[in-house]
Amino acid sequence: MTTAEISPPTHPVAGLPKAREKMGRRFAYGFLILSIMPIVVGYSWIVVATLSFRTEGLLPRNAEGGIGGFTLSNWDFVTDGAIWNAMFNSLLIAVAMVFGVGIASTAGGYALSRMKFAGRKAFLSMTLVLHAFKAEMLLIAIFFVLRWLGDIPIIGNFVGFNSVGGVALVMIALELPLGIWLMKGFFDNLPWDMERAALIDGASRFRVWWQIMLPQVRPGLAALSLFTFIAGWNAYLVPFTFTIGTKVANMPVFLNQLISDTAPTNWNQVAAVGLFQMIPLLIFFIFTQELLLNIYAGGSKGS
Amino acid sequence: MRVELDNLSKSWDGVVGADKITLDISDGDLVAFLGPSGCGKTTTLLMVAGIYKPSGGTISFDGRVVNEVAPKDRGIGMVFQSYALYPHMTVFGNISYPLRIQKLDKAVIKDRVQKVADMMGIGDLLDRKIAQLSGGQQQRVSLGRALVKEPQLLLFDEPLSNLDARLRLTMRGEIKRLQGDLGITSIYVTHDQVEAMTMADRIAVMSKGILQAYDVPEALYDRPKTLFVAGFVGNPPMNFLDIEVTRDNGEFRAKSESIDLILPQERAEKAAAVKGKVTMGLRPEDLNLAEGTSGHSGPTLSGVAETVEPLGREDLVGVGINGVEMRVLVDKTRGVRVGDNLDLQVDPSKIQLFDPVTENSLLWA
Repeated sequence: MTTAEISPPTHPVAGLPKAREKMGRRFAYGFLILSIMPIVVGYSWIVVATLSFRTEGLLPRNAEGGIGGFTLSNWDFVTDGAIWNAMFNSLLIAVAMVFGVGIASTAGGYALSRMKFAGRKAFLSMTLVLHAFKAEMLLIAIFFVLRWLGDIPIIGNFVGFNSVGGVALVMIALELPLGIWLMKGFFDNLPWDMERAALIDGASRFRVWWQIMLPQVRPGLAALSLFTFIAGWNAYLVPFTFTIGTKVANMPVFLNQLISDTAPTNWNQVAAVGLFQMIPLLIFFIFTQELLLNIYAGGSKGS
Repeated sequence: MRVELDNLSKSWDGVVGADKITLDISDGDLVAFLGPSGCGKTTTLLMVAGIYKPSGGTISFDGRVVNEVAPKDRGIGMVFQSYALYPHMTVFGNISYPLRIQKLDKAVIKDRVQKVADMMGIGDLLDRKIAQLSGGQQQRVSLGRALVKEPQLLLFDEPLSNLDARLRLTMRGEIKRLQGDLGITSIYVTHDQVEAMTMADRIAVMSKGILQAYDVPEALYDRPKTLFVAGFVGNPPMNFLDIEVTRDNGEFRAKSESIDLILPQERAEKAAAVKGKVTMGLRPEDLNLAEGTSGHSGPTLSGVAETVEPLGREDLVGVGINGVEMRVLVDKTRGVRVGDNLDLQVDPSKIQLFDPVTENSLLWA
């Protein structure tokens, strides 16, 4: 029965296999729906909560206990300067990280993939080991480093303790091992011949890297940029530790400041800020996902 | 451009890639580097290109030592087995890349790219992306990119290995014709001896990093200087037999358990001086099936057909002679079948003899 294997599963012969198949599909869909419920419910609650005074389950309630009581007052913070300041700081950190990690990782990854130099192996294994350490372990040491950096004239104002630059610098450093390894992997997969051809065509080593190799690893760079942007945008621990007050706070730190120990917290407002924080990420993802899927094919065959 | 390699060597941490290669390529010649994979032919080519730094020896272009000259300043064009095209650029982008680096005038670039593309028969594909081309078209782009610089020396690294058999045949002729027309000195690396024989003015046969022979194709075929060259050049490969050459009453005989042949003096004289066994080489095309009835001339060997491979025009028959298999080309009209008893006629004037220890020829070395 070779035909049965090839033909699509729409055989009208027997009712039994069809019914069983239908059952199986239903079960699969049911399982999938069930497994994403926590996320769907969670996000639904956030959206509902940001638009109402209070909620009971997923339903908004008004003062009389009936359904209703919608309000936009939770979104009042949008008119406040502080949130825009925090958002700007988040953006600065994230963008600085995307550029910092992107440039250092592609350059470092290329060098580690293609060049022979003393200590290359040791460097590779060390970055891997360093990546295994949690950032929390380093907080105190980094604090001293940032204090010291802050004492350097001029530069200190940008990368010292309690500065957005300082936070970005620390975040870049923490992200680099992953970035370098990721990009090295992408460069490892590129054929040598393409590079040799470019060298013979008259390109310098830098030009080869910039014009020939970098375009081949664009999908990898896009993925790395996405990871780094999200990491920078959602960064909490490092900004929280190395910044004081609201001037240099980023979004997660700002969010945390809304939750007070002494006064009752307006959770609906916290939800609104949380949702607000998500918007740029969604936009960023929409723009990069196509790039992520766009992987080059052809042009180089065999070995 | 005249290219001279003098004692050119390359090794990595004790692993030898190329060992004291010395050869001289005349201006306008196409020279093939022939050998099995890992023989050092590509290593040597990459040293000529300037990608690998030689561990020893010199490379000279027109008498000027270029060991320290960067690849881009050597005036070379190179075509790779993998084509090595830039997949993010169009065909135009690929071919024009060397010229764009030289920052030539845009109109000049466009003109030269169009000219080369037309010559390669891809003039109407300039706007295509590389991924939209077939393998043969990609190799044409690669060749165009190498030619657009108007190089003094063209380097080919197994350029046809990734193409299908028919396309390989066409491209082989095209490259040969193009190289002849343009008169550019070329080095062509291949493991395919047919490619080397048909295209090259001279062939450098390499094995294990050592240059085995460097000669015109006919000489390599008729007068192989080493056992390796004899076995590698020619298709189907030469048969080898261990024999003893003796001299009885001025008559030279080649003897072993399976054969007893009379050899001409000019072939056998040196072999007779060797004590013990020597290796005799016989090409499959130099063995003929003896006609059953007619009185045959020359020595014969008797055996049984063990394998029959139809090649179209001829059959390649494996004949077992006392446990030794000899490949023989037989006209297919003879209709040889497995198990047939065959008498083979040997042309004694085509016999090759080698010293089994030094592997050097006892005729031409």
